[in-house]
Amino acid sequence: MEAFFWVVAIPATVSAVGVVMMRDTVYSALLLVVHLLAVAVLFVLLNAQLIAAVQVVVYAGAIMVLFLFVIMMLGLGRGEGVKEKLPLQRPVALLFGGAMAILLGVVMSQTTIQPVAGALTPGDVLAMGGNTQVVGRLLFSDYLLAFEVTSILLLVAIIGAVVLAKRRL
Amino acid sequence: MVPVANYLILSAVLFTIGVLGVLIRRNAIVIFMSIEIMLNAANLAFIALADAKGSLAGQVFVFFVLAVAAAEVAVGLAIIVAISRQQGTIDVDEINLLKW
Repeated sequence: MEAFFWVVAIPATVSAVGVVMMRDTVYSALLLVVHLLAVAVLFVLLNAQLIAAVQVVVYAGAIMVLFLFVIMMLGLGRGEGVKEKLPLQRPVALLFGGAMAILLGVVMSQTTIQPVAGALTPGDVLAMGGNTQVVGRLLFSDYLLAFEVTSILLLVAIIGAVVLAKRRL
Repeated sequence: MVPVANYLILSAVLFTIGVLGVLIRRNAIVIFMSIEIMLNAANLAFIALADAKGSLAGQVFVFFVLAVAAAEVAVGLAIIVAISRQQGTIDVDEINLLKW
């Protein structure tokens, strides 16, 4: 398991760096697919099979198609110009980004994590019918209100996208 | 067993890469993809902690984050298309209509 973590974590990090560094937007989008798939594998390693499947279908499938569609439609293959409007933007960004990484890393590695009361082991979840069943049951009982609000949010997003992208209403 | 701190540090690294993407790049679509990386890093932290704590609430939360991300992408890309039509560019340094 330990080795498998690194086999997935390193491509996830490298492809994320690639997304940011690539001059060609299409390459960025394709590297983002690699990144999302790698993170989906990490989800499987963490016993979140449903979320991993949703990640592949919704993110790597639907959202990335949307991205590539817009990139192709606008014809944005070429990179941006070299002209900098803010001269120190890059070094300052790297400085503060590095500071934030160190801060986050220290906090993340220092915290001790206690299991909650009534913690479920992967075996318990399997006995209750499997990850998908248990998460689905939670979604439609304890989190039903949030679930319904999400459906309204998606409706608003559809209407908003149509209104914004339409040339003339 | 991989310690949960590994996942949390990976999540922090990925989040930082996303932040750097937003700060350094000027192509609106790449900035958008960097935001997706950040959302994914947060999701990874959620799932890692859900696994460590033995609670499935974290997985349900990630489900909602995915839904919000999908909505955000649809509206955001529509805005980018509209801006590109009107301004002829999606370089965020060129789009300064609301800047004083």
